[in-house]
Amino acid sequence: MCGIVGLFLKDKALEPELGGLVTGMLATMCDRGPDSAGFAVYGAGKPGAVKLTLRGPSRAALEPLAQELAMVAGTPVAPVLRDTHLTIMVPAAKEQAVRDELAAIAPDVTVVGTGKRMEIFKEVGRPDTVAARFDLAHMQGTHAIGHTRMATESAVTTNGAHPFTTGADQCLVHNGSLSNHNAVRRTLVREGLRFETDNDSEVAAGYLTWRMREGLSLGEALDASLADLDGFYTFVVGTESGFGVLRDPVACKPAVVAETDRWVAFGTEYRALVDLPGIAAAKVWEPEPAKVYFWERS
Amino acid sequence: MRTVDLAATPLRELNAALHRLTLETNETRWRVLNPRGAHAVAVGLDAPVRVEIEGHVGYYCAGMNKHADVVINGNAGQGVAENMMSGRVHVIGDVSQAAGATGCGGLLVVDGNASARCGISMKGIDIVVKGSVGHMSAFMAQAGNLVVLGDAGEALGDSIYEARLYVRGSVKGLGADCIEKPLREEHKKDLRRLLEAAKLGGKVDVAEFKRYGSARGLYHFHIDNLGSY
Repeated sequence: MCGIVGLFLKDKALEPELGGLVTGMLATMCDRGPDSAGFAVYGAGKPGAVKLTLRGPSRAALEPLAQELAMVAGTPVAPVLRDTHLTIMVPAAKEQAVRDELAAIAPDVTVVGTGKRMEIFKEVGRPDTVAARFDLAHMQGTHAIGHTRMATESAVTTNGAHPFTTGADQCLVHNGSLSNHNAVRRTLVREGLRFETDNDSEVAAGYLTWRMREGLSLGEALDASLADLDGFYTFVVGTESGFGVLRDPVACKPAVVAETDRWVAFGTEYRALVDLPGIAAAKVWEPEPAKVYFWERS
Repeated sequence: MRTVDLAATPLRELNAALHRLTLETNETRWRVLNPRGAHAVAVGLDAPVRVEIEGHVGYYCAGMNKHADVVINGNAGQGVAENMMSGRVHVIGDVSQAAGATGCGGLLVVDGNASARCGISMKGIDIVVKGSVGHMSAFMAQAGNLVVLGDAGEALGDSIYEARLYVRGSVKGLGADCIEKPLREEHKKDLRRLLEAAKLGGKVDVAEFKRYGSARGLYHFHIDNLGSY
């Protein structure tokens, strides 16, 4: 099972409503994945700054960090604390120094997302509860992708929840199961990648990271995955400018796309899309198997 | 005409009301509003009634249908009319994968396209798709007819037993043991009957179709065919 949702806004007037719309989509997909949930939101950025999403064991563990990291960054870091996650904005030139300081003062806090605009949140629990804990309903931005998980390949943990980051401003969510993930993981570990879990989707994310490190574009990396990843999958990847979709050649895992002149939306099922504004007049269709799609702002 | 608004009435109530209908019922016209992609709408009907659904439906709509005439004014998700026994299901839009799966009888008409595995394991159902069908359509098909006015995807009729497949457009590839066969007069007659039933009578030239079916090479295990299983 598992459920995926994605919403890409063409109409700027809808940007304040992004979180609210995605909250509804995610809640509908609770049926497909009640174990855990996560989402990536592409909100406002600042020129020359990098946004980091930090995840800690508790709110209390994160609270004191902003002040200490601001000293290393040499400027206030615009902290936003949401439950077990903290987002900060630091000058790009200071990113490594901030990461080093964080590792030194809070080894149990991890950087789960980085980029100009991307923020990633994920936790164990029912998706509607997870969305409420992070107050997704009030997040704004240009686009977002979300995932509801029904675990099949590995344990129900926060690390096993989606999205998985694949690079700056990039993340992956997956519906399906990979059958050769252990072999691929071993190859990637030899290539120097590190994995936190036994999760197959984390391997898919690591695979894309590795391919892009070797010089491929994200689209080319997804194309290459068709040959190297075995199993059932619908992947949705978030990028700074939009999102992409790839279904495996057999295409057992469902996928629906709807588009109007105001937005493009992805849902594992059409049900997830029924409350979007103007859905009755939307063009609704299924992405073809083994074909990489991107919806991006130019 | 009885109208049921799924925004106000639970789906189980609708289906239970439809299941209570007998073969002699006078409540023969039903209209369903706001399906909002719900699964299992109007499944298991067993009465000669007409049900019109206004909007897109989720999985298994009109599954196991017997006698009823179900019209979907929208798209349908996976497994529309799966295991249909008799009656008719007409989808005005597109359908997702496994449309008409394992159907034993009746007629499924799709005005748009059908995605993968249309007519998988069909056992006597007739399926007419006015658009194209996706890969592995009529996989392990056993009986019945699949008529496609558009194109067929990869591996059409893979491991087919005895169903007849008629495709007007291109076929990306044939599956194991599926071959093109001559379109004889008896097949043209059958095709005319099917097109007539799909309200396409006289609109399409049956000579434009090609017929595909089983080479019957995989019925019995033979070591030379090992790679085809």
